Amino acid sequence: MIDWGAIFSNAAVELISPTTAAYALAALGLAIHFGYTGLLNFGQAGFMALGAYGFAISTLSFGFPVWGAVLVGIGASVIFALILGIPTLRLRADYLAIVTIAAAEIVRLLFTTNTFQSFTGSANGLSGYKGGFAGLNPIPEGRYGFGPFEYNEYDWWLRIVAWSIVALACLFTWQIMRSPWGRVIKGIREDEDAVRALGKNVYSYKMQSLILGGAFGTIAGMIFVLPRAVVPSNYQTSLTFFIYAILLLGGASTILGPVIGSMVFWVLLSFFSGFIARAVEAGWIPFITSIQAGQLRFILVGVAIMLIVIFRPQGIFGNKKELAFVK
Amino acid sequence: MSNNTVPSNKPVKSTDLHIGEAAPGCKKRDPILVADGVSRTFGGLKAVDVDHVEIPRGAITALIGPNGAGKTTLFNLLTGFDKPDTGSWTFEGRPLSGMPAFKVARMGQVRTFQLTKALGLLTVMDNMLLGAKGQAGENLFRAVFPFFWSKQEEANRVRALDILERFKLDSKKDDYAASLSGGQRKLLEMARALMSEPSLVMLDEPMAGVNPALTQSLLDHILNLKAEGMTVLFVEHDMHMVRHIADWVIVMAEGRVVAEGDPHEVMRNPAVIDAYLGQHHDEDLGEDPAAEEERVEAIKELLD
Ligand SMILES: Nc1ncnc2c1ncn2[C@@H]1O[C@H](COP(=O)(O)OP(=O)(O)O)[C@@H](O)[C@H]1O
Ligand SMILES: [Mg+2]
Repeated sequence: MIDWGAIFSNAAVELISPTTAAYALAALGLAIHFGYTGLLNFGQAGFMALGAYGFAISTLSFGFPVWGAVLVGIGASVIFALILGIPTLRLRADYLAIVTIAAAEIVRLLFTTNTFQSFTGSANGLSGYKGGFAGLNPIPEGRYGFGPFEYNEYDWWLRIVAWSIVALACLFTWQIMRSPWGRVIKGIREDEDAVRALGKNVYSYKMQSLILGGAFGTIAGMIFVLPRAVVPSNYQTSLTFFIYAILLLGGASTILGPVIGSMVFWVLLSFFSGFIARAVEAGWIPFITSIQAGQLRFILVGVAIMLIVIFRPQGIFGNKKELAFVK
Repeated sequence: MSNNTVPSNKPVKSTDLHIGEAAPGCKKRDPILVADGVSRTFGGLKAVDVDHVEIPRGAITALIGPNGAGKTTLFNLLTGFDKPDTGSWTFEGRPLSGMPAFKVARMGQVRTFQLTKALGLLTVMDNMLLGAKGQAGENLFRAVFPFFWSKQEEANRVRALDILERFKLDSKKDDYAASLSGGQRKLLEMARALMSEPSLVMLDEPMAGVNPALTQSLLDHILNLKAEGMTVLFVEHDMHMVRHIADWVIVMAEGRVVAEGDPHEVMRNPAVIDAYLGQHHDEDLGEDPAAEEERVEAIKELLD
């Protein structure tokens, strides 16, 4: 018999997991790029990798404190955004898409190659960089919580920090998007020549947007590696596409969309994988091995996302009225 | 083209704008924009090849010429949206060549586009507010703290509403610009340009595609710009309109300025009739009946 209780509680755990928070923050960064400014950044995985490695390497190889390691990661992502943006932001939107997808792959391959093994750990990645973060934890040792949400002090500390950062990022984004700055940004999404004709330095605004959304991706990359190790294969292009899926699911030019989108994505993913694994065990799906079952969950999540996009194309939080005018 | 497009009260024409004979490139008493040797080629085609042209300040100047004469390209060059092969120009005495479009606009030379560029998924009010200059809240760091910009925003909002009322768009202020009709979008684009308090307004075919019911008010708005002390340069095909509101007419054909003058006199200029007839002969008859008819109409009007 299938243990439905376990399936549901495992799925519920994903609601507040740090990974969900990391994806939500990365998707919020993409919302700034794509949803608000109209920039096609297909390299969000690269920004996340820079956060993860920037944090881990400066901690492990250079003994930086937590704040220093965070600044190194953000600094690296600002430089990355400048490298991507300076040549492409004056060109048509598609150039940025091509350059970002390639640059993110270059970043991942640089972290994978043996040449810098002493710093990057090559294909094995890095671990053992969490001491500084754990050291800041004010929560006394022990297990806290109820039901499926019972964690030790590190796991609670991580969740509190991760979701506080997400909440702050949401507030910040909400505030700037309702300001005159956000108005220029949204105007650029609609027609950058019109905005130029009104005396706004479009190039500079696009660069600011790229840097800001990229920095969100970078911080997300740091949150992402705090419950696990840094492994280069996590930063493939498919990571960017999952984040796009989350963004479209929630609503591309909304603040809460990326957060709720990430929760729905991870809960669904966990639910399907739990369900399939147990259904295969129970002999409900005889033609599938348990290895194939691991692949199937992504197919099912894909189908679920397709259904949502078909029946609610503006995303969960998007404005239906806007859609009436999409060219 | 019927008479009801003509404002009821007769506009006051500015006269005595030029020095010497009204010939292509003639000097103006008080030019706001002076261009020299401006050329732009696309492949082998010389789209713009203007030796010298001056735009008189405080007047309404019409830029006319057959399709493909290079009017839009000249607009693009003068406003920094395109780079010329050669040439230089000054605006209010300051050299502008090579300056990016946004700086040109900040100096007070704003334009609209032949294909309207309303920002569809912004409200009409947001479209207007975007036009305002020098906004503190457009800086990312100040944007975070509303006390830096909320007062200024309120003042801009009041001004925007005032302009919207004049353009009869105030009832639409909270609608998406995408929901407006083509003519209303043209009005909005013009109203938005006024938010920046420009000194030279360049309108590329402001009447194209506008429902005749709105033509009247557009004409009045253009006349109002002049009344408020702005200089207007506009591209237009409708000869009635040009004759009615323009103080000065510049005629382009095949990239060159072929004639200049007072609207009534310039229409009698053989070079102008040639320009339109030349175009007539070049093209296959009947290929584009609408354009063809327009051209025949234009020639008739020139001749009458
Ligand atoms: N971006 C471009 N690429 C190639 N040719 C162009 C381009 N823009 C304009 N042209 C050509 O330049 C000439 C002038 O065009 P344009 O300035 O749009 O004329 P007008 O506005 O007077 O109708 C036309 O022959 C047109 O085909
Ligand atoms: Mg044109």
